[in-house]
Amino acid sequence: MSDEVRIIDSKHGKPSLFELWRFKDLLFLLVRRDFVAFYKQTVFGPLWFFIQPLFTTFVFILLFGNIAKISTEGLPSSLFYLSGIILWSYFSDCLIKTSTVLRDNAHIFGKVYFPRMIMPISIVLSNLIKFGAQFILFILFYVYYLISGGIKFDIGYTFFLLPILLLFMGLWGLGLGLIISALTTKYRDLSYLVNFGVQLLMYATTVAYPLSAAPEKFKFLISINPMSSIIECFRLILFDVGSFEWQLLIIQVLMILLTLSFGICIFFYVERDFMDTV
Amino acid sequence: MTEIALRVEGLSKMYQLGEIGTGTLSKDIERWWFRVRKKEDPFLKIGEINDRSSKSSSEVVWSLKDINFEIQQGESVGIIGRNGAGKSTLLKILSRITSPTLGKALIKGRVASLLEVGTGFHPELTGRENIYLNGAILGMRKSEIGKNFDAIVEFAGIERYVDTPVKRYSSGMYVRLAFAVAAFLDSDILIVDEVLAVGDAEFQRKCLGKMKEVSRGQGRTILFVSHNMGSILNFCQKGILLDKGRILDMSDIQSVVKRYTNLTQSSTNDESLQNQIKSFNDKRKLITIESISIVGSNQSIYFLNTSDSVKIRIKYNVTSEVRGLRIGFDVFYKGEIDYHIFRTFHDENETTAQGVTFSGNYESSITVNGDLFKSGEYKFVFIAGIYNSHMITTDEISFLLTFENIDGVNNNYKDLRPGVIMPRNDWKTIKK
Repeated sequence: MSDEVRIIDSKHGKPSLFELWRFKDLLFLLVRRDFVAFYKQTVFGPLWFFIQPLFTTFVFILLFGNIAKISTEGLPSSLFYLSGIILWSYFSDCLIKTSTVLRDNAHIFGKVYFPRMIMPISIVLSNLIKFGAQFILFILFYVYYLISGGIKFDIGYTFFLLPILLLFMGLWGLGLGLIISALTTKYRDLSYLVNFGVQLLMYATTVAYPLSAAPEKFKFLISINPMSSIIECFRLILFDVGSFEWQLLIIQVLMILLTLSFGICIFFYVERDFMDTV
Repeated sequence: MTEIALRVEGLSKMYQLGEIGTGTLSKDIERWWFRVRKKEDPFLKIGEINDRSSKSSSEVVWSLKDINFEIQQGESVGIIGRNGAGKSTLLKILSRITSPTLGKALIKGRVASLLEVGTGFHPELTGRENIYLNGAILGMRKSEIGKNFDAIVEFAGIERYVDTPVKRYSSGMYVRLAFAVAAFLDSDILIVDEVLAVGDAEFQRKCLGKMKEVSRGQGRTILFVSHNMGSILNFCQKGILLDKGRILDMSDIQSVVKRYTNLTQSSTNDESLQNQIKSFNDKRKLITIESISIVGSNQSIYFLNTSDSVKIRIKYNVTSEVRGLRIGFDVFYKGEIDYHIFRTFHDENETTAQGVTFSGNYESSITVNGDLFKSGEYKFVFIAGIYNSHMITTDEISFLLTFENIDGVNNNYKDLRPGVIMPRNDWKTIKK
């Protein structure tokens, strides 16, 4: 018998790290479930992790490389596009899945209590596994071009910054996703906007083109898009191409903290009562 | 044992109906746009004309209103009430699925709630994987599940299929597995909603047994909602009767169950009986029924202990002198099919057959002694006829009596006896 006394009243809950920690086993099992269920359900299994970025890269080469002839800063186009696509899809998957998390899991949330925050976190982690698989694909391409002489090896100690970039992407997806998920409990139509908005945002991000190739008058807009600077930085580390300013990183961190803390607050605010409205 | 496990103080939950939420962003923007142009809010218009107070009262529903109670540690408490009485809302608040509007609840110890079995089961995962996942969702640590894993599998009886995806399970196996996980939930307070309604009877008994074992053995407090009065009586010591969001009664389970069945059955059952009597029409105009009333040995009318005797009084009017008039009952046991148990007539104890009934008002009453029926439903069909000539009634008037074995024969045992009646027989055993 534990002596812990819990008070249930109308006040909105406070984020409790201790409680999240108590449910860490659940977090691990949910990530595992996502992965296992994914490869068990499909014919090609984990191959799907590769098929999507490969085909998108192929389409980008056709569209932006061959037809529009947009610069890839002297890099092999497949490598250039693939680097942008895997990073972008990590962000967009996190965002889209998180933004519908309350409604997607309403059947579970309506029957049992656990810290709701576990679910969004599990989404970010599940997608990290997917990113890991896609990053291996990227490395294969990288090694191929290294051997065939398409690129020169130019990775310095900054390589260790890659996990931080990834963390940024994940936190952006989580933070924005939490805000949207909280709002969609009241505004249903917001969820339709998200899919569409993310698609549009991709074109305002340096996924299919380098920042240097952007038209002058949009350059500022594109460069303040946090996803752009993350992807630019990613390319800078791996290929030493692209433009990136360190001041932006500071702003980036501040913006992430702001978005995330707002997201967490609003999520906790709706968490206790959303079952009444969903 | 006198420690308080759960205290609820002034707990209330309000739900809003109607246009308050408005629901979509477009509507909110539209409202905002109307406000910007200094026009009236289009969504308020209809209400504004109406009387303000009546409007506000109609848009708010108190699903729970000012609920206060205390539960001691180790008690099993049944929560009963009609649909919409607020049972599920109460359990949801205590399980932290939704929050109360007013008031608070103080809970001591770890709470596990079982509002559904198999929450979060994934069809693609194997039994083993689902045991871990479901256990974790219910709040168990991985190590706890690991410790109980073999016992869970054995309890569910799925040893051969542990590594088969649950989508290949029969529905019975699925439910058994889901329940087995929950049965091993280690908690100080267990909240159980109508989950035993699924699954076969034998497994239900097994589950109740398991929960009881845990309850008595480890001092676990249990809150239990069910519509099955049998399992509530079997399982709980105390009861809380909710009606329209308020506590109507809270005391020992027997009296609460009686009060509940009175509340539900007497209103519906009695109404239909009175209607049947009113619409009964004898073609030959020989007999008119004035009333049929049931007088049990306790307050409740249609719900009785198996030890209660049943007293039924029939008031009727005979219009002209007749030979061989008999009135009485056909009694059926409501099983999967109706078993006709016996037929009884008012003149069974008379010394002469085919007596003459003169015109006038009559009252006949019958007392069926207690300890004849077993727990279950019995249908009493009123019959009237002329001996060797014809029946006057054809099933027009009937009512159901529900018996529960609270203090009758065999209540020391939990087995359900075969057979349609369970009379108290005169047994004597002596050692020779």
